[in-house]
Amino acid sequence: MKLLTLNFLTCAIKTCKSAPSSFPLHPRDASLEVIETDLNLPFLKNILPRLMWDELRVITSELGLPDLPPTPPTREDLVVAAEDAAVEGEESEEEASQTAKDLHRVLLETTVKEGKLVCGNCGHEYKVLEGVPNFLLPGHLV
Amino acid sequence: MPDYLVRLVQMHESFRQAELQALADVVEVPIEFVKYEDESPFCIVRLPSDASAKAVISRSLLSQGIYELWGQGATYDALHKSVKEISNAKWAQYDSVPFRFTLDCFRGTRDNAEQREIIDSFSYLGFKGPIRMREADASFKVFEEYGGKAAGPKYAYLGRFVAASGRDAKTTYDLKKRHYISTTSMDAELALVTANMALAAPGKLFYDPFMGTGGFPIACAHFGAVVCGSDIDGRSIRGTGGSARRGQTDKFDVQDNFKQYGLESRYLGAFVSDLTNTPFRLLQHSNSASRGGYLDGIVCDPPYGIREGLKVLGSRDKLNEQERATHEGRYKDPGYIPPRKPYSFTAIQDDILAFAVATLVENGRLSMWMPTANDEDVELIIPTHPCLDIVSVCVQPFNKWSRRLLTYRRRAESEIPEGALESIKKEYEQGVRADELNDFRRKYFEGFKEFERLRQEPSTDDTNNKADDSKGVSGRWRENSGAN
Ligand SMILES: C[S@@+](CC[C@H](N)C(=O)[O-])C[C@H]1O[C@@H](n2cnc3c(N)ncnc32)[C@H](O)[C@@H]1O
Ligand SMILES: [Zn+2]
Repeated sequence: MKLLTLNFLTCAIKTCKSAPSSFPLHPRDASLEVIETDLNLPFLKNILPRLMWDELRVITSELGLPDLPPTPPTREDLVVAAEDAAVEGEESEEEASQTAKDLHRVLLETTVKEGKLVCGNCGHEYKVLEGVPNFLLPGHLV
Repeated sequence: MPDYLVRLVQMHESFRQAELQALADVVEVPIEFVKYEDESPFCIVRLPSDASAKAVISRSLLSQGIYELWGQGATYDALHKSVKEISNAKWAQYDSVPFRFTLDCFRGTRDNAEQREIIDSFSYLGFKGPIRMREADASFKVFEEYGGKAAGPKYAYLGRFVAASGRDAKTTYDLKKRHYISTTSMDAELALVTANMALAAPGKLFYDPFMGTGGFPIACAHFGAVVCGSDIDGRSIRGTGGSARRGQTDKFDVQDNFKQYGLESRYLGAFVSDLTNTPFRLLQHSNSASRGGYLDGIVCDPPYGIREGLKVLGSRDKLNEQERATHEGRYKDPGYIPPRKPYSFTAIQDDILAFAVATLVENGRLSMWMPTANDEDVELIIPTHPCLDIVSVCVQPFNKWSRRLLTYRRRAESEIPEGALESIKKEYEQGVRADELNDFRRKYFEGFKEFERLRQEPSTDDTNNKADDSKGVSGRWRENSGAN
């Protein structure tokens, strides 16, 4: 499971959802794997304003990944400024900036292979097995 | 805007126009339907340019291609007259380029001599370029439509080829050649059509809450979307259960399917979960802008019966203290299986709608399949929600039952009538609509049981039919909708 997914996931227990501390889930004993993939600039641009940035930083710091900037980059920050990149008169493809590359690495190349995701509100642990987290709730928690 | 002739396939009729409209929406091109009939594979649309015609058609599954319309008529005399009227200004442009001229007879045939004669009858176009059957610069086609009382065609068109459709994908993604499938996998063609209806496209994020072996997410990824999915059955995702294909007992998983098509870079991954207890963060309500929706599209074929195993987490009866304690003590054991209970099909549909409202971006889409028995009373029930517009309802009929593809658009906050949510809730609580609803539900289930009986092997466990119909999060919003 790619790290971006963690920006959308909270605790599955209904009564936890309204508690701010149920998001983000905290990775514990996580083994990570980096799988290189093509950079997808249109996707990064689209998803950027939807990210919960502070919560993303919490996760990267808990996983010991390089720090992300304290404030979210803008869409403009994701591309190399036009005058540097484009040859005069030519319609060139936009070029991804270092910021975009860093974001791509964290969100779309870093995956959680094994470990647990823990709710900050109720402490429930969700296991990750072979890259697939399991959010099924036991009988007493439904 | 010029007129274009779309050569449709003559199947899945009720999906065709909706698909073209969706594809025009994806590329943000205005499309106007001049002529469309379910009985005909020829459809005339108005589009701004060749470039937009190409953009629209190149993703289409239910057409073969698009042509600039050069003329039409019920007889060849009428066709020639129309060609001379509509297109004579364009002839000169093609008078010396390599070209080809062919015939497409729908439900009819012409022998070689007849074909030559027809093509020769257009010699007044004055094309002097070399004839090339391959890589011609310009391709012209005469389309004949048969089916009238007369022996000859009842209608004919002349078109200049602009672009081919994306129907090849049907072959590329054919289930017969897919690594890992299950008995409930949707065929590739309709999975791709579903992705089109939901406007899957580069840059977007799509999700399937009932992903099974991943057919819908794969289709969305084909069109460029980044995708993820989940299923209550972890074995279907991790693939410890073998494949539905005979003789495949090795380990196959959804990830391998993405690999097979070179789409891994667009696959975020999957998780195991029950839609009614989703881990996704939900829009709490409009008060906090930062907690807006984040999914561009949701595509799914929800489970609807015994074979698909419509179950949700929970126990049929409320657990007593002792049972709770047992679960609490055991749930970390390796062999622990969370209890599940049967659930109603209508309730899960309502839950899907409510989930879509809570996770889609404004104008994001939900495309969801729904089976129905072919019964007049049953036909009418389309689940609705005040925050969703119905974009299209397409029907795939079978003998005794049919299934529909329902496509919804998430309304913007400003489009949701003030108090709509509250007043519907109140009506429901006061029981104004409840009886009426119950009657529909009862009929629905009568039809539905019949449908199940037709579709299934003899049922093994009758208690499974006793579904809990009371728990739909948005059951109160269901209404008898006449949409079609
Ligand atoms: C009709 S199948 C979908 C098949 C899928 N489109 C494919 O290509 O393989 C329905 C799926 O829903 C899953 N399911 C059943 N109940 C569920 C629930 N409450 N929450 C999530 N998934 C569920 C089943 O395990 C099954 O895989
Ligand atoms: Zn929790």
